[in-house]
Amino acid sequence: MSELEPASSRVLSREEFPQLFEALGESGYEIVGPTVRDGAIVYDRLRSVDDLPIGWTDRQEAGRYRLEPRGDRALFGYNVGPFTWKKFLFPARERLWTATRDGVSFRVEPEPTEGPRLALLGMRACELAGLAVTDKVFTGGPVSDPGYRARRARILRIAVQCGQAGGTCFCVSMGTGPAVRGGADLVLTELLAPGPHRFLLQASTEAGADVLRCLRGAGRAPSPDDLGQAEATVARAAGSMHRSLDPGGVPELLRETLEHPRWEIVAARCLSCTNCTMVCPTCFCSTHEEVPDLEGTKVERWRRWDSCFNLGFTELHGAPVRKSGLSRYRQWLTHKLGTWHDQFGMSGCIGCGRCITWCPVGIDLTEEIAVLRTPAPPAGKEGKP
Amino acid sequence: MLAEPPPEPADPADEGHPFAPIPYAVRAVAAETPDTVTLTVEPRGSRRIGPPQPGQFVMLYAFGIGESPIGVAGTGPDGLLVHTVRNVGRVTAALTRLTPGDTVGVRGPYGHGWPVAEARDRDIVVVAGGLGLPPLRPAIYRLLQQREAYGRLEIVYGARTPKDLVYYEEIQGWRRRRDLRLQVTVDAAGREWYGDVGVVTTRLPDARFEPSRTTAFVCGPEIMMRLTAQALVARGVAPEATWVSMERNMKCAIGLCGHCQYGPSFVCRDGPVLPYSSLAKLLPLREL
Repeated sequence: MSELEPASSRVLSREEFPQLFEALGESGYEIVGPTVRDGAIVYDRLRSVDDLPIGWTDRQEAGRYRLEPRGDRALFGYNVGPFTWKKFLFPARERLWTATRDGVSFRVEPEPTEGPRLALLGMRACELAGLAVTDKVFTGGPVSDPGYRARRARILRIAVQCGQAGGTCFCVSMGTGPAVRGGADLVLTELLAPGPHRFLLQASTEAGADVLRCLRGAGRAPSPDDLGQAEATVARAAGSMHRSLDPGGVPELLRETLEHPRWEIVAARCLSCTNCTMVCPTCFCSTHEEVPDLEGTKVERWRRWDSCFNLGFTELHGAPVRKSGLSRYRQWLTHKLGTWHDQFGMSGCIGCGRCITWCPVGIDLTEEIAVLRTPAPPAGKEGKP
Repeated sequence: MLAEPPPEPADPADEGHPFAPIPYAVRAVAAETPDTVTLTVEPRGSRRIGPPQPGQFVMLYAFGIGESPIGVAGTGPDGLLVHTVRNVGRVTAALTRLTPGDTVGVRGPYGHGWPVAEARDRDIVVVAGGLGLPPLRPAIYRLLQQREAYGRLEIVYGARTPKDLVYYEEIQGWRRRRDLRLQVTVDAAGREWYGDVGVVTTRLPDARFEPSRTTAFVCGPEIMMRLTAQALVARGVAPEATWVSMERNMKCAIGLCGHCQYGPSFVCRDGPVLPYSSLAKLLPLREL
C-alpha cells in the first residue's frame, strides 16, 4: 500500500471521519457496513458513524462467537461476523421473474435489476478475495447472472485492513490477507496508538479517488509515520494469526481421499445444519421456487439460497443422491477446496474462518485437511486386538 | 495498484432473460407407456430457443408448478420440439397431463450433447436403457442422415418390461432397416414376448463392431451406463470414445445453482454427455 501517490490518499482524524460518510452520500452511495445487532456484528445500512461497532470486538473459536468490549473506541476493531457482503450482490431471496396467464399462453416479465448504489464499507482483504470468487462464479462463465452483474456494477468497495487476527482466521496461509493487495476502490486503515486515533484512506480506483475529492480537503496528506504505522498494523494482524491451511496440493489430496475413514468421523459430528454454507462468502448454491397466486393467474419465480447439506438438494426421481451426512459433508469440503479449482480456476475458500466459528459442533476444515493429509490407516480392525 | 474494471452492467436488450421460459404450444401428445408421454411442441410466438444438438436438454416449464430438465428427443421445422417425459415428480406429473393446445414453457438448449460429428468414419454403438432412448434418438437420426460417413451402426435397447419400451412403432421400422443393426431386450417379460430377455449388457457380446475404431453413446440409469461402459471398455473400446449422459437435480441449467455437481463437473454445463474416461473413477463411488 505504500506506493500510492499522495494525491489519492488522505488521513482523517476520528473527529473528521464522519466526513467520509458525507462524501459517500454526496457521491450518491447508500452506505452498508458493520453494526452490532443481536449480539453479533452484522452488515446493514448505516446512517452515521455512530452505527459502527464502536469499541467492540469479536472473540471467536471453533463453534463460539462472543462480542466483547475492547477497552478503546476503535470503529473497526473486530474481524468478521456471521454476515457476508454476498447478500448485497446475491440476495438470500430474490425474485427472478413474474409470469401472468395470457389466454392459453403466458407472459414472462423479468425482474428489473435497478437498485441503489451501495458503498460497502469495511470489506476485509479475505472478503475482497471472496468477491473475486463470486465474480468468477456469477459473471465468469458462458452465461452471467443478470441480477448479480447489475448489482455488482453499482458497488463501491471500501476495504478495511485488519489490525488483529480473529480466533478462526487463516487468511495468511491462504494468501488472501490481511493486507489488502487489490480489488478495492478505497482502502482504509484504522490507526490507533501511538498517536491520535485516525484513519488512513487510500484510493486505488477512479471511483475511490472521486470520493476522496468529495472530502474537499478535509484531513491531511499522510506522513511517512502514518504509512509506517499502517504497515505495522497489518503486520501485527498477520503475526497474531494462529490457524493455517496450506492450500498446496489440496485438490489432488481430496481427489485421492474420497474414501478416507476420516469422512465417517467428521460426519458423525456434522449436524447437516447448513450453517457453514450460509455464512460462507463464496457458497453460491441456490434453488428456484415457483410461487403462484391463489387464482393461478400469476406466478413469481424466486431464487433462494440453498445448501448442499439439504437432503432435497440432490433429489432425483423422488430420492436424494446424497443421502448420508458423510456424502454431504464430503461434497461441501471437496467442492470448496478441491473441485472449485477445476470449475473456476481458484479455491472456493478465502480463509475467513466463518465456517469454523459458526459450526455448532466446531468442525474445523483446517483440521480436517490436516488429518486427510496423514496416510489413512489400513482398512479393517485397527485398534482391536 | 490497479483494480480490475467492474463487470459490464446488465443490458436490457440482451437476447432474453436466462431464466425466462418461452411459451410453446403443445401440438400433440402420444402415450408411450402408462406413465410416459411424448410431447410435440412448437413456439407460440416469434421467440424460440436455438437449434438443439443431439443429446442436449431443455428446461420444460409447467405454469404455476415449476421446471424440469428434459432431453430433446426430436426437432422439426418451425422450431418444433419433441420431448418424452415420465411422471416421476410434481413437475413431470403436470407435464404428462398436458393436452394439445396447452402451453408449456421452454428455455435452452443446454449442455454438451453426443459428439456425432467427431465420430465420423467410426463404428457407432448406441446403448439405451429405458428412458435413455429419447435423448439418443436425435443422434440416431443424425447418423442415419449421413449414414455413409460412418462404419457399422449397432443399437442395443433395453427396458424393464415390454410395456416400458418407448417409440414401439418406430423401432419396428428400425428393425427392418439394413443400414443399422438393432437388438431389443427386456429385463422381464411374460409369454407374450418373443424377444430377448436380460439386461442390455447381456446383448453386447452379439453387437458387431471393431472396438479400436468404435465410438459408443450410452444413456440410461446410472448403474446400466456404468456396467455398459465397463463392458465396452473391456472389449477394447477407448474410455475416451465411450460417452454417457449423466443425470442430476437441476434448477438453473446454466452452472449457477450448484445442484447438478458431479465431482468437478456441472452436469448441466460440462455434460450431460461426458466421456467415460472422466467418470470411471467416480461412478463406483456411492452418493457422490
